[in-house]
Amino acid sequence: MKSLHQLSIIFAITFLAEIIKYFVPLPIPSSIYGMLLLLIALQTDWIPLAKIKDTGNFFIEIMPIMFIPASVGLLVSFNELEGIFIPVIITIIITTFIVSAVTGVVSQWIIRFERRHSR
Amino acid sequence: MNDFLFNSWVFGIVISIMSYQLGLFLKKKFKSPIFNPLLISITLIMLLLALFHVNYDSYYSGAKYLGYLLTPATICLAIPLYQQLDLLKKNLKAILIGITAGVLASLGSVYVLARLFGFTHQQYVTLLPKSITTAIGIGISEELGGLVTISVIAIIITGILGNIAAEKICSIFRIQEPIAKGLAIGTSSHALGTARAMEMGKVEGAMSSLTIAMAGILTVIMATIFADFI
Repeated sequence: MKSLHQLSIIFAITFLAEIIKYFVPLPIPSSIYGMLLLLIALQTDWIPLAKIKDTGNFFIEIMPIMFIPASVGLLVSFNELEGIFIPVIITIIITTFIVSAVTGVVSQWIIRFERRHSR
Repeated sequence: MNDFLFNSWVFGIVISIMSYQLGLFLKKKFKSPIFNPLLISITLIMLLLALFHVNYDSYYSGAKYLGYLLTPATICLAIPLYQQLDLLKKNLKAILIGITAGVLASLGSVYVLARLFGFTHQQYVTLLPKSITTAIGIGISEELGGLVTISVIAIIITGILGNIAAEKICSIFRIQEPIAKGLAIGTSSHALGTARAMEMGKVEGAMSSLTIAMAGILTVIMATIFADFI
């Protein structure tokens, strides 16, 4: 029954998040509200970590599988890119590299700078 | 045949799960980043559907339920985040500045490339939200008058690319701090990258989870400003 209990907590939070999404007129998806709700619940010990950990980690572990259906959908939506296929693909590849590099280098620089100066 | 498969909701789910497991098996066996389980399973399913003349709709009628689990799964990312909360507080400055720099780099590089390729305003705003999570990206694209289906394609391809190349990109740019790695992966390739970061380590996974929310919300605010540039 442990898994069932954990599952019901996760789905209850998901539902609560969807209610918030319904009432708040912002372009923020329910998953972000849910993440915040769960974080607060864990932090205030309203939901102890042990009460959600196993099933929660299972969900995270199988997360890549949840992207497969939409990804296979690329097969049928590729023709939407007709005429702009090459520029779009090049843009995607270059920007992905740039964003990773900038984020990583900037944050790493600050982390190391602070570490040196806290000694 | 398509009728039967369309009505069998298990079909889409079973080939999704099994092809992914095959991907995991191949990755374990060959220990090479080329054997990305996600990429293997997507390719395999595409081949199977084409080979046996199965419509995408027949596959998707069942497989879509896997996609429905994405919201509760994303919510569960609060768990690793909670476990690394002290680390987050201690490195708050690096995290906030890092993500902000990444979001600016994302919008800025899309702008420069759009100029270079001579994209129309519509094509440009379609690609602006390409690095963030689909649910937020769709909203931005709609709001700015982009082509939502193409935004979704761009977001997914970005995610798959991040999932495959994240580790390589980090080593090319000598990003070695686990926090910086997680931030880099999540900011560039949202939840799909996060799935990979999760396998790299707890800190990487937690930081990448955080960026899904942070980079998403920052992009909502900044994309409206960038939208006026072209």
